[in-house]
Amino acid sequence: MTNLKGKNLISITDYTKEDYLTVLDLAEKFEKNPNQPVLSDKVVGSLFFEPSTRTRLSFETAANRLGARVIGFSNTAATSLTKGESLHDTIMMVSSYVDIIVMRHHKDGASRYASEVSPVPLINAGDGSNQHPTQCMLDLYSIRKTQGTLDNLQIAMVGDLKYGRTVHSLVQAMSNFGAEFHFVSPESLAMPDNVKAYANNAGLKYHEYRKLEDVIPFADIIYMTRIQKERFPDVLEYEKVKDSYILNASLLNGCKDNMKVLHPLPRVNEISMDVDKTKYAYYFQQAKNGMFVRQALIASILGYADQIK
Amino acid sequence: MTTNNKELIVKKIENGTVIDHIPADKVFDVVRILGLISLEDEVLIGTNLESKKYGRKGIIKATNKFFDCEEIDKLAIIAPTATLITIKNYEVVEKKSLSIPKEIHKIVKCINPNCVTNVEEIDTQFNVVSEEPLTIQCHYCEKTMTNINFK
Ligand SMILES: [Zn+2]
Repeated sequence: MTNLKGKNLISITDYTKEDYLTVLDLAEKFEKNPNQPVLSDKVVGSLFFEPSTRTRLSFETAANRLGARVIGFSNTAATSLTKGESLHDTIMMVSSYVDIIVMRHHKDGASRYASEVSPVPLINAGDGSNQHPTQCMLDLYSIRKTQGTLDNLQIAMVGDLKYGRTVHSLVQAMSNFGAEFHFVSPESLAMPDNVKAYANNAGLKYHEYRKLEDVIPFADIIYMTRIQKERFPDVLEYEKVKDSYILNASLLNGCKDNMKVLHPLPRVNEISMDVDKTKYAYYFQQAKNGMFVRQALIASILGYADQIK
Repeated sequence: MTTNNKELIVKKIENGTVIDHIPADKVFDVVRILGLISLEDEVLIGTNLESKKYGRKGIIKATNKFFDCEEIDKLAIIAPTATLITIKNYEVVEKKSLSIPKEIHKIVKCINPNCVTNVEEIDTQFNVVSEEPLTIQCHYCEKTMTNINFK
């Protein structure tokens, strides 16, 4: 177990394999016993410069179940930021009131910068298209929970692999555990070279596919993502591929028994409703796991990990 | 090329800095990016000179000009093969081969328009992830780039 007291979480690469495992073990305790108000004298600053109801509710519920109080804002329209106050000054002001900051921002790198300004620790809840490390942590938690291990799994990732930051982070994080990756995407939305290089440098194998059917028989995890029409330079190209990345129940015939389908949500149509009723669907539980992981992070960063039962 | 011409090219300066072994196509980048055009003392600029090592090279001699760390970092990024020669009283007092720094502070602008460093007043910071081709990663937005834009 590592001590995460005072340690910012900005990028998935800020934490080591041991740090991840510390968080996941603690999150397991919260899943069994979610209400542990050890932070009754703490205040969490929840700064959502960009609205994200899903992530904000998950964090704020996590803080509430720990007994902490939450201050903050859910968008910048009602704050002085629209009057031109700098991010620097907002962070200086808020950090003098709170014990920890959870921050989401539309600019890439805003969370790293804020963490350098802030005297209190900061958790990145998404900075532009850059990082969303707690999403990655909950993905790891969900994978371990459903597979019993994080080691040597067959991980398929499907859809928009070019712009999807969740799949990029997941490759980085899983590189600690010896996974084999199967990237399924249209050519124009293929996994970027720098992410593939990351897998390469970690000595991990990856394979690329155009068809979803190809990976169904051997995948332990199928990680689905949204394909957005506006990402395609050519509408015809989109029309050609759009249905090849829709997962339905009949496609799952012949998949491994332990296989689980994950998705960062919200979904559009890439997973048919008929998958929801199969034992392979895990995306709603996956979202719920986010709360336990965030409880674990807030508690350990504030130095209360050893008080959690 | 006659000996006479060579002597002309390597005309000595009393005090200042000689930047030798600049790749010929980078000479004017060096002049522009280091702002040598605005110096008041004599600046000699030569390019397409013969070089045993590099085929064609450039050379700049800047009288009464001594470069600071930021300027040397810039030079190392544009022309890593260059040599920096400090002259005092017609004598070479220091000869320095350049190397690309591991971290680049302040002098480069992030190419990502959505990077926080392009909206807030923040000193930029990059890590060099590869020297050939030069690839740097923004410490803030984490984007990697091969286009180096100086501030
Ligand atoms: Zn940047």
